[in-house]
Amino acid sequence: MTSLTLVRRIKARPSIVFDALTTPEGIACWWGPDGGPVLVAESDPQVGGRFRVRFRMLDGSEHESSGEYLEVVKPERLSMSWRWTGGEDGESLVEIRLRAVAEGTELTITHSRLHDEDSRRSHEQGWHGALDKLERHFLATERSFP
Amino acid sequence: MVNYHERLGRTFSALVDPTRRAILARLEREKSASVSALAQPFVIKLPAVMKHLDVLDDAGLITRTKVGRTVTVQLRPEPIREAMDWLRRYERFWSMSLDRLAAYAEGKEAEVRKKRR
Repeated sequence: MTSLTLVRRIKARPSIVFDALTTPEGIACWWGPDGGPVLVAESDPQVGGRFRVRFRMLDGSEHESSGEYLEVVKPERLSMSWRWTGGEDGESLVEIRLRAVAEGTELTITHSRLHDEDSRRSHEQGWHGALDKLERHFLATERSFP
Repeated sequence: MVNYHERLGRTFSALVDPTRRAILARLEREKSASVSALAQPFVIKLPAVMKHLDVLDDAGLITRTKVGRTVTVQLRPEPIREAMDWLRRYERFWSMSLDRLAAYAEGKEAEVRKKRR
């Protein structure tokens, strides 16, 4: 009830979906709630890197959101903080999971509010999650190259 | 005055707890209920229920009126509506964005397959 979760099946492999989600070229092709154009797409998909996307809606209004990547594990996990420029919404958290399925990729996205008092804790958890994952990734890589 | 962001934060914090959600759901069905009637279905004690009601009251989600020795609780739906609007806005944003993301990624997948052939 305090977050939004959507699940999609996409007929493309996870690495392609991951690039579509994170490269400026990909972002420019899909970001926004209607068919309006993306005007600016900046993205540095690494932990601590930032994104900034500005788009125009069909009614002519322009909006910009930006944030920081908290977890980047290609091609399966991505999370980032999210803030509307000039908005009074405060910061929220976007978490994306990609799972390989027979037809391609199952994408799960959760967009949740950070409660003021929980905000700091969530961020810490995000960071710890990122580090845990990085560690696991590192160990897996080591194992595959003995 | 509490701003929109703080208000939303309080609403969502209040809604995180399942006991509080159950209380709100019941108030939505029954319009109003006494504190003791609200406490009845729960295994937790009355003081714990009172604490949940304080949180809901602070978030502006309920009003309490005292008549004699009975406290009656009523739902205030405005903050919930505001919170649902917040969720709906993001639902619209992501739902439309993901449609286009899927189309873009599927186009890329087709390109890669063509090249490999």
